[in-house]
Amino acid sequence: MSAAGGGGAYSFSLTTFSPSGKLVQIEHALAAVNQGTTSLGIKATNGIVIATEKKSSSILIDDSMIEKVSIICPSIGFVYSGMGPDFRVLVSKARKSAQAYWKIYGEYPPTRVLTQEVATIMQEATQSGGVRPFGVSLLVAGWDSDRGPSLYQVDPSGSYWAWKASAIGKNMVNAKTFLEKRYNDDISLEDAIHTALLTLKEGFEGQMTEKTIEIGVVTVPTSEERVVPVGGRVKPTFRKLSEEEVRDYLAL
Amino acid sequence: MELNGGSVVAMVGKNCVAIASDLRLGNQALTIATNFEKTFPITDRIIIGLPGLATDVITLKERFRYRVNMYTIKEGREIEPETFAHLVSSTLYERRFGPFFVEPVIAGLTKPSEGSVPFIAGTDLIGCLTLPKDFVVSGTASDKLFGMAESLWEPDLGPEELFETISQTLMNAVDRDAFSGWGAVVHVITPDKVITRTLKGRMD
Repeated sequence: MSAAGGGGAYSFSLTTFSPSGKLVQIEHALAAVNQGTTSLGIKATNGIVIATEKKSSSILIDDSMIEKVSIICPSIGFVYSGMGPDFRVLVSKARKSAQAYWKIYGEYPPTRVLTQEVATIMQEATQSGGVRPFGVSLLVAGWDSDRGPSLYQVDPSGSYWAWKASAIGKNMVNAKTFLEKRYNDDISLEDAIHTALLTLKEGFEGQMTEKTIEIGVVTVPTSEERVVPVGGRVKPTFRKLSEEEVRDYLAL
Repeated sequence: MELNGGSVVAMVGKNCVAIASDLRLGNQALTIATNFEKTFPITDRIIIGLPGLATDVITLKERFRYRVNMYTIKEGREIEPETFAHLVSSTLYERRFGPFFVEPVIAGLTKPSEGSVPFIAGTDLIGCLTLPKDFVVSGTASDKLFGMAESLWEPDLGPEELFETISQTLMNAVDRDAFSGWGAVVHVITPDKVITRTLKGRMD
């Protein structure tokens, strides 16, 4: 089916409603996500941990160059399940969005606001001509002075919601069941990191080492750390754990 | 900048800030209004003073109202004084090569959970932010306001003392300026409330 002139067959939206009220493209996008490697996030009282498997299809791949947990701004980080290239593009847009916010307000966006921006970008890909939805689900972890640490999931449809703990990707059902049993509202960041590693281990194919997983951590700054020196930079509250740190946690 | 006239001053006190403006609106030498306030509330704890070209004063106050409303709804929280100051700065710089002829003054208190810390800031017409600890002056009587404030201001003035100090600063400065005066309004922002008083001055 093609229309005359102006874009031809690709000028109308590829996400059109089915008679049952579903957007089939989004369903397919979710299927792509569920084929992706497992990622999870756990919110603790004093921080958040996000983690993912770094699965390479071949031992010849230099996996030190793969980045699945990405920093967006000093207080927010992303992890994903699904299509890597789509994630890369979203990270790029999210970083730009965070900087645009900084340029107006002199501070980085709160987690919820940035999540909303990214969710809007993902939604636009479900209602525009000639584009397909993003084939990733994101877990967004961040800290801001208004709401403290927050963890959000964003789906290919563009819907987002906050979690205390969640998993996405291949093993999400088992992982979430595991998390439901082990999660409590008073969990500390250290316990959350251990729980995250145990949860990942449950569905891990192959050896789980510091080279095959990536971990990102959000911490709550002390009141001294929150003071930004004039003309200086705000102290990051999101960081990725180094291989040594991951190895130490795995050894425990 | 001397078409309409007008001046604004803001000062920091102990757990309070004050901001005051004159009430004159003129067309060069001719005074056409004596009730033209140049201070506008942004939130319960932030007030902006906008001296300069009157049309830009009105336009900017409405533009800031729009942007702050959008911020409040989107973020689900009130804007903080320093964040608002950056918003003012970037809004003015957007018009770098065709600026608004105003030199805003911002005064506010941070939110209670952050300690209700006094905050003042001033910018030039293209958004250069200054964040002094003591006072900010702007408008046609700015030179005179500098002199008055420098001599009268001292740190840790309480709300009542700050009111007296800022009032004397403004009244005596605008009395030396042909384009400012014809009455004044003073707001003192404390953690509980904003106290607004209108001053009787020389009507010339």
